Amino acid sequence: MREIPNISAACSDSIRQNGIMKIIAVCGMGIGTSVLLKMNAEKVLRQMGIDATVEATDMKTARESRDAQVILTTPDLAGLLTGLPSEIITIEHFFDLEEITNKLSKSLL
Amino acid sequence: MRFANLAAAFGENSIQVGALALDRSHAVQLAGDLLVASGRVHPDYTQEMIDVLDSHGPYIVIAPGIALAHSKPSNLVLETGMSLVVLAEPIEFGNKANDPVRLVFGFCAVDHDSHLGLLQDLAIALSEESFVNSLLNARDSEHLRSLL
Repeated sequence: MREIPNISAACSDSIRQNGIMKIIAVCGMGIGTSVLLKMNAEKVLRQMGIDATVEATDMKTARESRDAQVILTTPDLAGLLTGLPSEIITIEHFFDLEEITNKLSKSLL
Repeated sequence: MRFANLAAAFGENSIQVGALALDRSHAVQLAGDLLVASGRVHPDYTQEMIDVLDSHGPYIVIAPGIALAHSKPSNLVLETGMSLVVLAEPIEFGNKANDPVRLVFGFCAVDHDSHLGLLQDLAIALSEESFVNSLLNARDSEHLRSLL
């Protein structure tokens, strides 16, 4: 895996002002798929040196959420999560840490 | 035993190898039937799993060839558990990136957090390509159980 720069300095002002970045991992029910996504996202964020909290939630909670900088979900569910202030990142292969790393770096750098 | 939490989640009669399914709903039905057979859920839970697939789409296909079918904690769940159907012939779920599916996991949880160790095991196990291949090549349910 390629070297990942520490991006804390590159985070936006709002994220810096609010302290730790909040990411939500979303699936239909909030207990299975999203928890797997949360676990692997946390692993990747640690490797990237990014300080962030990741919460697993269901679609209903995600639709009401206004304070997450990033929503991690699947391509199928992303279409059902429109009109939110958060950036949406879709992950296709939940166990491919390289995919998660690449997409998070691209978005957060 | 490599994945203790995972192995413990599979009750008796919760694994089927060489199954045939007509379509994605049938494949999820088979995984639900195994959760029922192993005493983990009420039969209505199986219909909920199929409803999730219909209402939210094939997002449950979380990796190439692997689906994780589940609904939510409720009084239909008797005990947290898992089931696994290894399909003899792959089935299209409609997930562009990860179709077709040959491994269909059924999953039920009694609450929102007591199964985290189980999912941690699952995440580690399924990230190993060799492990996934060993599941696909299992001779029968007992052989598959011995791999966990």
